[in-house]
Amino acid sequence: MNNKVKYGGLLAFLILLLSLPLFFSDPTFFSIAIFTLLYASSVIGWNIFSGYTGYVSLGYTAFTGLGGYTLAMICDHWQISGGYIPFLLVPVAGLVAAIFALPMGWVALRTRRVTFVVVTIALFFILQSLALNLSDFTGGSSGILFPASEWTGDFYNMPYYYVSLALLVVAVIIAWWIRNSKYGLGLLAIRDDEDRASGLGVKTWAFKLSAFVISAFLGGMTGAVMAYYSGTIFPVSAFDTSLNVAVALMAFLGGVGTLGGPVLGAFLLEPLQEYLTIQYGSSSLNLVILGALLLAVILVMPEGIFVTLPKLWQKRNTAHLVSTTLPLAEQEKVAFVEGNAGESK
Amino acid sequence: MSLFIAALLSGILAGGVYALMASGLTLIFGVLGIVNVAQGILVVLGAYLSYALEQHFHIDIFLSLLITMPAMFLLGIGIEWAFVRRLKHTQMRIMLSVLVMFAVALVIEGLLNIVFTPDQVSLHAPYIDATFSIAGFYLPYVQVFAFLLSAVLLLALYVLVYHTRFGESLRASMQNRTAAALIGIDVEKVSMITFGIGVALTAAGGVAYGATTVFNAASSYDLISRLLVIIVLGGMGSLRGTFFASLIMLVISDLAAVKWGPQWSSTVFFVLLVVLLVFRPQGLFGKLEGRSQ
Amino acid sequence: MSILLEANNVSKAYGGIQALDGCSIAVEQGTIAGLIGPNGSGKTTLFNVITGYERVDSGEVRFDDAIITNQKPEKVFQLGIGRTFQLARIFPRLTVMENMHVAKQRKGAAGLFSRWSSSHEQRQALELLDFVGITDLKDMPAGNLSYGQKKLLEFAFILIAEPRVILLDEPAGGVNPTLINHLADRIKTLNGQGITFLIVEHDMEFVMSICDKVTVLHRGETIAAGTAEEVQKNSLVLEAYLGD
Repeated sequence: MNNKVKYGGLLAFLILLLSLPLFFSDPTFFSIAIFTLLYASSVIGWNIFSGYTGYVSLGYTAFTGLGGYTLAMICDHWQISGGYIPFLLVPVAGLVAAIFALPMGWVALRTRRVTFVVVTIALFFILQSLALNLSDFTGGSSGILFPASEWTGDFYNMPYYYVSLALLVVAVIIAWWIRNSKYGLGLLAIRDDEDRASGLGVKTWAFKLSAFVISAFLGGMTGAVMAYYSGTIFPVSAFDTSLNVAVALMAFLGGVGTLGGPVLGAFLLEPLQEYLTIQYGSSSLNLVILGALLLAVILVMPEGIFVTLPKLWQKRNTAHLVSTTLPLAEQEKVAFVEGNAGESK
Repeated sequence: MSLFIAALLSGILAGGVYALMASGLTLIFGVLGIVNVAQGILVVLGAYLSYALEQHFHIDIFLSLLITMPAMFLLGIGIEWAFVRRLKHTQMRIMLSVLVMFAVALVIEGLLNIVFTPDQVSLHAPYIDATFSIAGFYLPYVQVFAFLLSAVLLLALYVLVYHTRFGESLRASMQNRTAAALIGIDVEKVSMITFGIGVALTAAGGVAYGATTVFNAASSYDLISRLLVIIVLGGMGSLRGTFFASLIMLVISDLAAVKWGPQWSSTVFFVLLVVLLVFRPQGLFGKLEGRSQ
Repeated sequence: MSILLEANNVSKAYGGIQALDGCSIAVEQGTIAGLIGPNGSGKTTLFNVITGYERVDSGEVRFDDAIITNQKPEKVFQLGIGRTFQLARIFPRLTVMENMHVAKQRKGAAGLFSRWSSSHEQRQALELLDFVGITDLKDMPAGNLSYGQKKLLEFAFILIAEPRVILLDEPAGGVNPTLINHLADRIKTLNGQGITFLIVEHDMEFVMSICDKVTVLHRGETIAAGTAEEVQKNSLVLEAYLGD
């Protein structure tokens, strides 16, 4: 894909998002928009570790929950007033999640990929139960209330909207920076063939752990904003089991390991999820539809939209170039030419 | 002290039940290389099926297994054929299998909620709603029966895997899929049947589980988490490991419940896993494989 | 002529199988050495042991007279010993160009977050791709390459790290004859520039055409070493190949 077209499109998209409040004022719309933006940031965060290294985590919510609780506890403990100030503490929430990620990653990354998944689930549950049981700190099952802000009516959503948008921009920048660096290349090499990468001098342990921590940082920040927006935090909402799978799903739908995939996946699935909830209530029909949809997507497009569509497009364009009746040498020459079609990232 | 012994006993009894549920999971992983995260909801499905048979046709819950086990076996084969088989053997396979099975689980969960409502239920049989005492400890008949059921089936499973032709093919496929295919084993068929067996076991697990706990569709989350931890702890693909891991985990979590309160029992479960993996990343009986997967 | 790389009396067993049994090999600097032997004689195991992918039970491995036995693969690579695999291990989801860059790791953390292709590196990568003849494919995902092309890529990215000795594990295996000659040419050119080679091969023509010295393995032991002609006439060697 032409770089100018890519960047131009992104800029246009950003401007669109920035000016959305000028065209819409429906609070439900913005509620969905805010969650979509936040989900997009978390999926990017998830993708930075799990998508790039191939170590799939199903316990990402551990970090969003940590971020949420950090923000809540700080506001509660130091009697921080509502409004704009808690937003300034969001990076702190991210940092705390990142610090927790160090020992967590150190333990989890000792295992091979399949076991790793289960360890992330275990770590997630441990944190959830700590939130529930250490009620002196965390308010137990009733949780903690965030300080109320003075915003009312139509304006209420705006600060959250713009902060979420800013967070998404930050997430995209970090992801883009990583993807285009030697570091990101190393991560992807780990995904393809870790031992080979290690043998070639890629410091796999350091790479994996650092990606895990960066991923946690983003997760902590998104979780903090999510929690603040909800106004209250308690163990089940902060450490939400379904979110663990939702981020993985969105990443897979859009295209794991790509730059735009996570955003695409979030922008597609989150509004759908919200729509289903509104239409059918958080009832079981919701689950059935979602599950069936997921099945269809995974079986049909396991590599995600971002990767599968360009491939299909490419196949169409080059299908006529190679004929099976050509002698072998000729075919090889043609194959060399065909290679120039390249792949968009 | 007696509380501890009671916890030990109940832990062992419950451990047997979990071992049954987890065995299917570890077999499926060993032969097909996938993590069946739907195992939890399938257990619940098995429980609900026996529940329905009991409620509407007054069939004894243990006898209902004669119906539910074959039914679930067929369901398992169906799922394998329809979904698992489609997953190509690429690097993403394990992760995709998790997502696919999770999607299947969501659908089943939704359907169960619709049919049975989210109200919690439990399986009953008139002759086991009592306790009997042994050496001064009161053991609910229910727990003992569930344990016996599990023990019998685990024994049958052991015989199947280690003393039959099919079991040989199964173990060969587990150790080396390609080699097994090369010596003439129909690996696809073995996979399909193994998956079916794994799911059939959940029918029995469902009865055992449902008779000893109140449940609804949402119980599957806690259940699958514990099952996953058990098979990782035991070493994925190892039946022996699963058995021991189940006993150890349940005993310790029951002991923890006695010592620190029931709200910590699940936590201890997970903390144990994490601690063990620090020292032994491959689990109790697992193999330390290279990380080029 | 000094010995650059050697393995002395190396033994390695897997379970009950003795893969290497007091095996020795010496590769002189600036030569192209061959390693042959019937299937199962331990050639790949020897490679694995030299490059640190496997540990030895006994014996030693020396590089430039320094002991490197049981060093980790990345250490061995850093010392200047590159190695290819029988089934070319490249990174399938990265493009050819990206594959080249992975092998060029910069020292220290400074390189980590900067853009991944300084112009010097990029030029070097392109030159090497040109050298092996797959420049046209530089933006193609490596997984889409043909088997022969993958081997060339692997060869190229080993070269980007500027190794002093390269171990090639069956470079001609499964590759069409045109590419084999192409490869042989490249090896000779590089050898002329001072790079030492140790090549495991079954293709006798290939071995005879480019190797200065050949070592023969059988059941984990060295049974002969000498020039290609000498080895071909050695009765022990003939027995090993025909007897099995």
